[in-house]
Amino acid sequence: MSKFRKKKKGMPAVNTASLPDIVFMLLFFFMVTTTMRETELLVENPRLPSATEVKKLEHKSLVSTIYVGKSKDPKYGTSYNKIQLNDKIATADDVPAFIINERTKVPENQQPFMTTSIKADRESNVGTITDIRLKLRDVNALKISYSASKGDNN
Amino acid sequence: MARRENPEINAGSMADIAFLLLIFFLVTTTMNVDSGISKKLSEKPPADYVPPKIKEKNIFEVNLNFKNELQVEGERMEIKDLKDAAKAFIDNGGGVGKVEDGVGTGPCDYCRGKRSETSSDHPNKAVISVLSDRGTEYGVYLKVQNELLRAYSELRNRLSKERYGVSFDELEEAYKDDRDNADLKKKVEDIKNAYPQIISDAEPTSLGN
Repeated sequence: MSKFRKKKKGMPAVNTASLPDIVFMLLFFFMVTTTMRETELLVENPRLPSATEVKKLEHKSLVSTIYVGKSKDPKYGTSYNKIQLNDKIATADDVPAFIINERTKVPENQQPFMTTSIKADRESNVGTITDIRLKLRDVNALKISYSASKGDNN
Repeated sequence: MARRENPEINAGSMADIAFLLLIFFLVTTTMNVDSGISKKLSEKPPADYVPPKIKEKNIFEVNLNFKNELQVEGERMEIKDLKDAAKAFIDNGGGVGKVEDGVGTGPCDYCRGKRSETSSDHPNKAVISVLSDRGTEYGVYLKVQNELLRAYSELRNRLSKERYGVSFDELEEAYKDDRDNADLKKKVEDIKNAYPQIISDAEPTSLGN
């Protein structure tokens, strides 16, 4: 009888050797399809307007982004017109300094191709955008892109 | 002496390490495809700049007020009708085009418009002026810009199909992949010159603030 009892084993261990492979696959997928987050968002993630005539922004290194939206920190008020440059809430007057700073990171021959991407919330006001635009014109940053998600709106 | 079997290496923690890396990438990266409506701002005019005189009929006035209401050429309009109105205006071709380097572009021979006396002379003379209020919602403003661009791209596509058998989008796409192709470049420039996008932003009013 004891012969049989000896055979009784616990549950065999499930082979998990392929688990790392699967996770690595996921990891590589994310490494390839995503980009490093550059700045911490201090405004609420802007709800981008949708448009049909959108163009993809190329050359990530030549793009400087200005966020416009509602500040997460209530001390800046609750309107949707807060401007974020780099890591702080700023005003339109700080835009030229921001652009000049961005320019120093780019070789001289690439500078004419620099684009400013304005990521503004749907509910922000045109006035804020105009202020930014006028400041951009002052420092000759003439290429801009109004960030929008691709979609059909009718 | 019997050779001892190599003990299996415990790879149980491998998954944990991979997960750790995975979660790190999930947190620190973003997956946005950056896309948007591109615009080129005009350069800052010199102090003594006198704006050129543009005939009233060559200006397409688009007004947006702080209540997000749209007014086109003096009349209320819904955003969905804006594209067709803009197309009719740009494509009117009621006169002769502007003179470049002493050579006139002549009347618009590719326009399909009504050739009305009261609308634009030529696509290269047609100016679309967008006047919005400081209080206008950005989303609505961008929608208007988008509709105007759609009008242009539909006209460009049509002309491109007629002349070269492919739409302008495809033409541009092909040119993007093959920057050195002089033939493609000529075609793209040709269509662009036939329907140049002249959309100007007027200084916004501030009734809403």
